[in-house]
Amino acid sequence: MVWNRKIAYVDLSTKKVVQKDIPKTMRQLYLGGRGIDMYLLYNHVKPKIDPLSPENVLFIGVGLVGGIPCLGASRCDIAAKSPLTGAVGDSNVGGFFGPELRFAGFDHLVITGKSKKPAYIWVQDGEIEVKDATHLWGKDTMEAQTAIRHDLGDEDVKSLVIGAAGENMVRFANVRTGLKNSAGRTGMGCVMGSKNLKAVAARGTMDLEFAKPERLLDYCKEMNDMIIGTRWAKTQSRWGTMIIFSNTNTTGLIRTKNFQLNRLEDGQDLEPENIDRYSIGTSGCYGCIVHCRHRYVLEEGPYAPIFAEGPEYTSLGAFGTMVNCKKMETVLVANHLVNKYGIDTLETGGLIAWAMELYEKGIINDKMTGGLKLDWGNEEAVFELIRQIATREGFGNVLANGFRDAIAKIGNNSGYYAIQVKGMSNLHSDERPTPSFALGIATSTRGSDHLRSRPAVDMYGLPEEVLQELYEGPVSSDYTSYDGKSRMVWWQELLYAVTDSIGTCKFQTVFCAVHAPKWNEFSKLIQYATGMKFSKTQLMQIGERIYTLERMFNLREGFTRKDDSLPERYFKEPTPVGFPIAKGKTIDREKFEAMLDEYYALHGWNKNGVPTKKTLAELGLNKEPTHMI
Amino acid sequence: MQKILFIDPEKCTGCRICETVCSLHHEKVCNPARARVHIAKWETSGLYIPVVCLHCETPICEEVCPVRAIKRDEKTGAVVIDYDLCVGCRLCVLYCPFAGAGIDIVTGKISKCDLCDGDPVCVRFCDPRALQYVKSSRANMMKMRKAAEKFSELMQKLLIP
Repeated sequence: MVWNRKIAYVDLSTKKVVQKDIPKTMRQLYLGGRGIDMYLLYNHVKPKIDPLSPENVLFIGVGLVGGIPCLGASRCDIAAKSPLTGAVGDSNVGGFFGPELRFAGFDHLVITGKSKKPAYIWVQDGEIEVKDATHLWGKDTMEAQTAIRHDLGDEDVKSLVIGAAGENMVRFANVRTGLKNSAGRTGMGCVMGSKNLKAVAARGTMDLEFAKPERLLDYCKEMNDMIIGTRWAKTQSRWGTMIIFSNTNTTGLIRTKNFQLNRLEDGQDLEPENIDRYSIGTSGCYGCIVHCRHRYVLEEGPYAPIFAEGPEYTSLGAFGTMVNCKKMETVLVANHLVNKYGIDTLETGGLIAWAMELYEKGIINDKMTGGLKLDWGNEEAVFELIRQIATREGFGNVLANGFRDAIAKIGNNSGYYAIQVKGMSNLHSDERPTPSFALGIATSTRGSDHLRSRPAVDMYGLPEEVLQELYEGPVSSDYTSYDGKSRMVWWQELLYAVTDSIGTCKFQTVFCAVHAPKWNEFSKLIQYATGMKFSKTQLMQIGERIYTLERMFNLREGFTRKDDSLPERYFKEPTPVGFPIAKGKTIDREKFEAMLDEYYALHGWNKNGVPTKKTLAELGLNKEPTHMI
Repeated sequence: MQKILFIDPEKCTGCRICETVCSLHHEKVCNPARARVHIAKWETSGLYIPVVCLHCETPICEEVCPVRAIKRDEKTGAVVIDYDLCVGCRLCVLYCPFAGAGIDIVTGKISKCDLCDGDPVCVRFCDPRALQYVKSSRANMMKMRKAAEKFSELMQKLLIP
């Protein structure tokens, strides 16, 4: 049966592998994917360890319905204590690796210790082996995947790999699979590098059995029709997430020149339509009919030839608006570089934009940058700095440990200009006009991040009755308002926690479209796939359990209410440009704190953000760590 | 008029839903390794090619089958196996130039596309329409339109230097 996939404990120090069953109780409490990974994280990672030491543990998990033919059920969750933030490290990746791991017989891998020599883990049809990876060390993320396939003599092997950045333990190195898919955030590639683990490869041909296969098949079709029936998914199919740029750049919701402007003047070359000059078609992840990834070719210019996938909206900001580069080609080249090296596009762009503002303000100079002219729009400097960060050379090495370390090294009030929360860079969206988004990045358990909660529905100005029905409480339909926005963030946090745990794609639930599959649909999918029954209330409680456990991990590591905040500039500097709705906005500190109070109360946490005894008892978390698996 | 399975690799996005639903429909499990359709991928160059039985007019598998177990279903146009006759010699697997017949890794039997009795489940799920089940007249016209599109692009390049 589908919930019968095993968990394997791989000790890289001794090369010993132990396989175990995952008790059904674990499924009932945490489903799978991110949920079970978070349980493992809280239970297996000892408090206050050094995230780069062999004591840190890396978790790889596939969602409960991963591998079914709908809603992009391809997602794989990678977790560890984050070397970037010291908080929950957790990153989710699509593509084809997750399902392949399931077909190979495993849902969860717990990777401990450290290999003496470069190694990779090979998972095939119920068996796991730790293999030598000396010959793979030094290869970029694409070369490494090709070499592994060659090594194993099987074109259908799927791998999670790290590139130069992971090998060099850049704190925001990511884990990559395929041409584009990345477990981008919180530095999971850095943890792999610290363990001398170059890759995890999988190939599986084992049946995935279901409780009600016929009904599941029909329901998958229904789900696919439901999602592609939304305008958001249709638009995504054509343009990918880049489409967001059209709206945010016009309105003035996009960080430009780090944080100096909220709209890129003359930025028309970054409009999504211009990808057509380079695109040869779109790609879908496993089980996804939305196919939001563009395959693109760059035939001319100094960096050609490039064949790659992307870019996401994130890269348009990271290597476009934030560094004041106005050409699509710059973004395409930079996107390819970060992917090749295996570093998080968002963190890299955020740090470079920050460095450029420091350079402009004279806080850093040519001597510190090694002669690199960090002027706005200098694409050559951007490309060079990407390389330097990944290889830890020159000024790149100053940035390679992330914001906290770089602020400490540079000093001189540089921290004021850093747009980060809990040591992790904000997305290039400007949240000052949107309190709901602002609260979400402040409370995210993995450091500043939009994918823990972003209530994008807020942008549509939907009738309040619609919002009331969705969120089961009063929510203002004005996105600049603070009213009811804590409820929105809380609700989305629970929904995304469950989505990540069943292993479907966030873009195929209530992200931008209200009428997308959510609790009741998830409940049916789980029932037809596994036979387990969950009501909407039960699923929401599972989301709460997962989110509260993440909170407990962070509290144990010393995080407090004051870490659930925003960069000072959000409160002090009004947005300078944009439509009237977006111009002249700051976050009101008092209203923000009030939102935070409401938000804690909705989670059942006290004023300090600590879960109350009653909440812990209700969620069955009062005895954690319980070491069930 | 007989319908045919029409493949347009340019539209394929490589999501492998066809593989998954094929195994779910026929074998009641998800397992792309047991599907009768497969997306061959060259990831580094972005090529995705659906590979499935083409239900040839003069099927080589039928010709090489020593026990005459392969015949055409007149209703659906599918080239199908009569499992009462099939001895599993795998000559069809060996000789088919399009990899239209394979071996089921669990049962050991020959496994090939049977067009799901005239309602191919892969087609039903293929949103980008890389797989279609259409009348042959329609298939012809689709090819012609596509050729015309390419021709028109060429003409425009010649006319507008």
